[in-house]
Amino acid sequence: MDTLSHLAHGFAVAFTHTNLLWCLVGTTLGTAIGVLPGLGPALTIALLLPITYQVAPEASFILFAGIYYGAMYGGSTTSILLNTPGESATIVTALEGNRMARSGRGGAALATSAIGSFVAGTLGTLGVAFLAPTVVKYALKFGPAEYFSLMVLAFITVSAVLGSSSVRGLTSLFVGFVVGMIGVDLQTGQPRFTFGTAELLDGVDVIIVAVGLFAVGETLYMASRRYAGKDEIVPLKGSLYMTAAEWARSWKPWLRGAAIGFPIGAMPAGGAEIPTFLSYAIEKKLSRHKEEFGTVGAIEGVAGPEAANNASAAGVLVPMLTLGLPTSATAAIMLSAFQSYGINPGPLLLTTQANLVWGLIASLFIANVILVVLNLPLIGLWVRLLKIPAPQLYAGILVFATVGTYGISQSPIDLAILYLLGAAGFLMRRFDFPTAPVIIGMILGPLAETQFRRAMTIENGDWTVFFRHPLSLTLLTLAFIGLVGPHIWAWIEHRRRRGPEHVPGDA
Amino acid sequence: MLNRRKFLTNTAAVGAAGFAALHFTPALAQDAPQIQIFVPAAPGGGWDQTARTIDQVLRSEKLISGSQITNVGGAGGTVGLPQFVNQWKGKGNSLMVAGMVMVGAIIANKAANNLTEVTPIARLTGEFEALVVPAESPFKTAGDFVAALKADPTKVPVAGGSAGGSDHILFGLIAKTAGVPAANLSYVPFAGGGEALSALLGNQVAAGISGYGEFSEQIKAGALRLLAISADKRQDGIDAPTLKEAGVDVELFNWRGVFAPPGVSDDDKAAMIKLIETMAKSDAWATECKNRNWTQILLTGDDYAKFITEDTARIGAILKDLGLA
Repeated sequence: MDTLSHLAHGFAVAFTHTNLLWCLVGTTLGTAIGVLPGLGPALTIALLLPITYQVAPEASFILFAGIYYGAMYGGSTTSILLNTPGESATIVTALEGNRMARSGRGGAALATSAIGSFVAGTLGTLGVAFLAPTVVKYALKFGPAEYFSLMVLAFITVSAVLGSSSVRGLTSLFVGFVVGMIGVDLQTGQPRFTFGTAELLDGVDVIIVAVGLFAVGETLYMASRRYAGKDEIVPLKGSLYMTAAEWARSWKPWLRGAAIGFPIGAMPAGGAEIPTFLSYAIEKKLSRHKEEFGTVGAIEGVAGPEAANNASAAGVLVPMLTLGLPTSATAAIMLSAFQSYGINPGPLLLTTQANLVWGLIASLFIANVILVVLNLPLIGLWVRLLKIPAPQLYAGILVFATVGTYGISQSPIDLAILYLLGAAGFLMRRFDFPTAPVIIGMILGPLAETQFRRAMTIENGDWTVFFRHPLSLTLLTLAFIGLVGPHIWAWIEHRRRRGPEHVPGDA
Repeated sequence: MLNRRKFLTNTAAVGAAGFAALHFTPALAQDAPQIQIFVPAAPGGGWDQTARTIDQVLRSEKLISGSQITNVGGAGGTVGLPQFVNQWKGKGNSLMVAGMVMVGAIIANKAANNLTEVTPIARLTGEFEALVVPAESPFKTAGDFVAALKADPTKVPVAGGSAGGSDHILFGLIAKTAGVPAANLSYVPFAGGGEALSALLGNQVAAGISGYGEFSEQIKAGALRLLAISADKRQDGIDAPTLKEAGVDVELFNWRGVFAPPGVSDDDKAAMIKLIETMAKSDAWATECKNRNWTQILLTGDDYAKFITEDTARIGAILKDLGLA
């Protein structure tokens, strides 16, 4: 009841004319920067920090929250239409989303991602409002051992994107590990695979890898076979938005995605990418249309991960607002904005700055509504992009990918990496190596490594810690079942059906 | 709306896809100079905030008409430093923000350029570090912590920032003073302050070291216990001894300061020192420092240059002990 009255008060703060305007500006700006691969919400908010000297705290946080949520919506648009992920959390969306767009269901993919984002964002924000203190208590129970086991579980996802040949898929995965290791090793401060290049010390940005392999690689591949074969893009088939069947296939993935995304987002080292991997793997397992995955594009593979990334964006706010813990780059910059108002974010924030926090939460609800209203009508406009003839469209993608990559840190080295990876992506496509495992390896590999070594440092080299901690053991067991379960099941089925006829020695 | 113009300028920069690292404010007065500030880090971090606060205070005090901030981030500042040394040479109206982290990064990354090549203007602020333990910890004083460290350093995992950063350096210095070999320490580096903090709140490590500001609210709320701070003297409103008072002869400020490029004229250097000194003594600067938990440790010109030489030697020695240099 207390929460409801706080929330009502928050809406009173958010529903003033100026604050609504800030929310609209923030969501629009956020959608725009989400579309561009180089600009993320963290950088945008950092650049807008000087406005904290001029406007009231409520207004600037409402603006920042709008940017934060907006970027999550915008990032999926280019993933789906151009195979060029705008944010690392929307890389998975490109896998099925772009296939759908090519087979004429781009409108449906965009719609399920917008509505799914709305549903999951709203559920996540409700979670922030009502469950934050409980969730954060459990999230803090996650130590390095638990995170490592969570990564092991997330590696199961790889099996969902391996493609037709496991050897090729695993090769891609290990390429991802190597790329992920480039840079200064966090645990020892030593550079790895940098070859004396200062620009490589901070590692290679995952967005550059995704854009290089997906967008540039794809473009080169298309250019190489333009006159050789047919790979026409169907601009639009059927209705612009979702059909009844597509609704029926979307709503469960939305809810599952939200249920996965919110708690993992709330974990201090959870992040937004892992829930999208997990959601994709689960949707592929559960789908009744497995044949559509990786061919014409399955709507479940868009709906789930999109819901997961928005719910995790809400989850990130849980430790930030309850404990003052910044667990993502964007949250860290929002916290430094608190400081320029002389507000020290910490465990007492909810009580000392109730107006601000509840105003922020209320404006998140409003931002979600604005975003879905803003994005749905735009779908008609976006899908027209696909009517552009292929040569011009791919040239445009190349320009867009290049400009966006340069925007990340204005470094020419980044462009060299982008085209190098583009060439690699082309060769992988040509010789039928899947590219998605590279990304998964690159994100999960270093995370798993770091958490494993942290756990070892803390436990003084005693690896039984992964089995002694109940949470960690549970996660490892789930991973084991996920990996071995289907094989055992298939084997039992096989035995039961064909067993008697093949008993050895039975002449 | 007063902010409108500035906001739109920024928005346009963002919309222009990528060249957004520029932040330009139209001239307000004709006589005050324009300056350029180079930040060898991405927007949002400590150096960037220092640059933007300098810009803000200088403008509000009418000491400059405006400034342009350029960010070139990466590798503790060692990606940006060569640019400042080579491309900004001789530009008398320019400043670079840097600090102790860069001293460590230059040594650890074996960087080609170092801080002797730029012109020291002023050391401005410092953040002293805090040694904390979870509320449930058996350690009640810094003495308890050091005793446990002496008994078996591998049983005392300590969380902090990246390997070779200021937190790791302080831990190394504490161990060295206590006679514990740095190579035996169990240091658990975390990328961001938030992650280290959650490891402490979740009771997964024995202790934590970071800037006092990172922990202050948790200490007030009783979730963490403050054992000691690395400042030179007791601080108002902080109920904890300094490390020196607790019997550990270590003092450390994660300092930040400003530098001019190489090859500036003596007049330009003197004018820049005067400008920064005037700013550092203003009330507006004092308020900003207080809001951000920055301790003012002003030191200018030659004294600053001498300090950098000493600090480089001290950090180099401890990084060597920690196996990082």
